[in-house]
Amino acid sequence: MEYLLIFLIGLLYSSGIYLMLRKSMVKLLLGLILLGNGANILIFLMGDIAKGQPPIIPRDASIFTQMYADPVPQSLILTAIVISFGLQSFAIILLKRVYQMTKSDNLDTLNTHEIDI
Amino acid sequence: MTDNLLILPIFAHLLTAILLIFAWSHINLQRVISLFGHFMALVLSLHLFSKTWKAGILTMQAGGWKAPFGITFVSDTFSATFVVLTAIAGLAVGIFSTVSVTKARMQFGYFAISHFLMMGLNGAFLTGDIFNLYVWFEIVIISSFVLMTLAGKKPQMEGAIKYVAMNMLASTVFLTAIAILYGLTGTLNMADLSLKVAQIEKKELVSVTSLLFFVGFGIKSAVFPLYFWLPSSYHTPPSAIAATFGGLLTKMGVYAMMRTFTLVFVPDAFTQHVLIACAILTLFTGAMGALNKTSIRRMFSYLIICHIGFMIGGLGLHTHVALAAVVFYLIHDIIVKTNLFLATGIIHKIRGSTDIRRLGGLYEEYPKLSLLMAIIFFSMVGIPPLSGFWPKIGLFQSSLDQRSYILLAAFILASFFTLYIIAKMWSEVFWKDLPKRPEETNEFTELPFFKQTLLIVPVVGLALVSLYIGLGAENIMIISNRIATNMIDTGYYLDAVLNK
Repeated sequence: MEYLLIFLIGLLYSSGIYLMLRKSMVKLLLGLILLGNGANILIFLMGDIAKGQPPIIPRDASIFTQMYADPVPQSLILTAIVISFGLQSFAIILLKRVYQMTKSDNLDTLNTHEIDI
Repeated sequence: MTDNLLILPIFAHLLTAILLIFAWSHINLQRVISLFGHFMALVLSLHLFSKTWKAGILTMQAGGWKAPFGITFVSDTFSATFVVLTAIAGLAVGIFSTVSVTKARMQFGYFAISHFLMMGLNGAFLTGDIFNLYVWFEIVIISSFVLMTLAGKKPQMEGAIKYVAMNMLASTVFLTAIAILYGLTGTLNMADLSLKVAQIEKKELVSVTSLLFFVGFGIKSAVFPLYFWLPSSYHTPPSAIAATFGGLLTKMGVYAMMRTFTLVFVPDAFTQHVLIACAILTLFTGAMGALNKTSIRRMFSYLIICHIGFMIGGLGLHTHVALAAVVFYLIHDIIVKTNLFLATGIIHKIRGSTDIRRLGGLYEEYPKLSLLMAIIFFSMVGIPPLSGFWPKIGLFQSSLDQRSYILLAAFILASFFTLYIIAKMWSEVFWKDLPKRPEETNEFTELPFFKQTLLIVPVVGLALVSLYIGLGAENIMIISNRIATNMIDTGYYLDAVLNK
């Protein structure tokens, strides 16, 4: 399981960075989404995966005596997913607006110079 | 000392923002509520500062869960100072934007979003939990995205794409760093991290993680290889918004960097070299970039970058004198940079342009206003006894002590370049005769007297604050010395948070 996740994280990060380096705005956004998902899985992996173990201390004990599942990474990922969902939906709308204004998907066309605001 | 008071500046902005959403279509009501909210936040933050100053460190454990298990809010002198500065800058921008921001922006919730931004900034300064810091960062950046694009035209949208992409990348890098740090230590509380990181035996892993944090915060604070988004986006939004961004947002990145690199990771020789090298290059590229710009707002955007170099350099030196100087510089810089963009806004209102080729003759027409702006420019350059001068003594002194002569040279050259750029701008904008232009529009004189006053008052207020920072330097020095002492010796912070 861990090895599979490690490969998945590597794949997500590398493809995310590759897509971000392209000239297309849509690919930039896709790259950011992939990177974000890679980071989420990284949190999951770094939080020590313990299969089938409870995250709760038994009633008759005061500390954990055996392996336990850490619930914190899950809550972190949940928060990160919600935040990145908001950011991504904003970015998609922004892309659409920019596309309507510039009629182009190329990042190099975004350099209208020196119009006073 | 536990005190629930320290959450109040955050709540003040949250409540104001919610009230503003209910007053969606009533612009005049929104103006009043927003000003009231900023004023309340200033009062509360001053109260918080005085209480923190007396008690040392205030903490609040969310939901009563003791650190390191719950989310902790901490107000030490460093946080409290920043909360006060945010409130001062926020009030000034709030007054300025009641007149300067267009109706279209106000109708789409400009005031509400700006209060959410202020809430996020206060939260970022007051939290004592690294994942909570990430959440506050996200609140700040999503609000800043909306502010930048609100009722925007083509240039704003183009700037926003770069700004949004780089900031989302920075957040992802920050999140990656948090993930690895959690894997290494199993905790997120900054005080607890400080103890656990020191115990890790594989120092290389700690170095790599700390550099990931450096990249994440470095993008936000516009450090040398990571600053390119700033000059291509900061000149696009209206002046009031640019003032908030230029004065507060990059400084939030510097604040986070100073927190992590003094509390969680104590820089080793390698990290110090990286910080100093980045600082030198930031100073140079910022100064060089500002040289050939013709729009004064672009020029000031590059000056923001240049002056970030002073702070990162001081952090890299990591001596008591240097850290105290950096804190002093931050206090001075937040006020001056906010004011700089507000002043640019007034110039733009008068002349309808920010391009130095189309500006001129301001001194002849508005001598009093020009002298007011001269105070801001001289403070930024650091002509003694104004505010920019004092922190530079500390920075020069400690770079001499640490034998970082290249950094010293970079500091001096960057100061000279700032002087040159400001002198050039002054002669072009204020002394040169006004070039003949077919269309002559002066929006400023068309405004009624009351609205003109609302535009001038925040600039005067901030200029007075920076005069106070310069002339009452010994008081600011006492504050920054105390902050630096707590940064070098973190024991006090740890005791207060972990209740030992």
